[in-house]
Amino acid sequence: MSKASSGTLYRGHEGMWSWVGHRVTGVVIFLFLLVHVLDTSLVRVSPGAYDAVMSTYKNPLMALGETALVAAIVFHAFNGLRLILVDFWKSGTKYHRQMLWGVLALWVITMVAFSIRHLSLAFGGH
Amino acid sequence: MSADIAAPRSQRIDPKYNRARKSRGSFEMVAWLFMRLSGVALVVLIFGHLFANLMVGDGINAIDFGFVAGKWADPVWQFWDLAMLWLAMLHGTNGVRTIINDYAEKPATRVWLKGILYVATIVIVVLGTLVIFTFDPCIAGNSIPACQ
Repeated sequence: MSKASSGTLYRGHEGMWSWVGHRVTGVVIFLFLLVHVLDTSLVRVSPGAYDAVMSTYKNPLMALGETALVAAIVFHAFNGLRLILVDFWKSGTKYHRQMLWGVLALWVITMVAFSIRHLSLAFGGH
Repeated sequence: MSADIAAPRSQRIDPKYNRARKSRGSFEMVAWLFMRLSGVALVVLIFGHLFANLMVGDGINAIDFGFVAGKWADPVWQFWDLAMLWLAMLHGTNGVRTIINDYAEKPATRVWLKGILYVATIVIVVLGTLVIFTFDPCIAGNSIPACQ
């Protein structure tokens, strides 16, 4: 890439960082998806095999990992809906920055609610 | 900061610069549209999946073989999980395909990476589909009374 391409409208601002975030979260989610189909497939091996692997998800460290994964999914979901509005709504490109702040606000609200519920279930036990 | 770029006035454009008229089929456009349509469906499917499995009842503590058996006794959840598997795998595969096209520059590297990607996708989709349709709650090793 030539140096002449620096200083475009996109570089370093909301547009670029939301694009980077969308790529990174997308790859993370895809890699988890491959593992998740494999672990769920253990129900076809035996109940014991499935339960043994599921029990490894049920510890405090994994609960934090699950929360991070859900954070990636929720960002990718809300930013994906923003992308659709940028593409299909006639004022989408005009308001793409404001929509990113809206995405981040909804992301924070959703993650606060999810974390309280999931972490209290995971850490509280019963 | 923006620059006005005047529209080309000459109609005599060398065909090699005319990207609009080049016919390359509609695959990329269909892929672009699929990402948006499957994306909307996946928001609903995955949020529902996370809510049903992690937010209600005992959440993650309740997930075991019996939990899966209970869900897949209902055709609605079988269809839900099947739709989620196919849409998420195709959506994710197309996303990673785009990333490979962007960053892998050597033709051989691109072919290899995409080959590995497509093989992994086929294996996972076929495996997941078979698991959903051939699931047997009374598989050997399950000793609950209903299976005696």
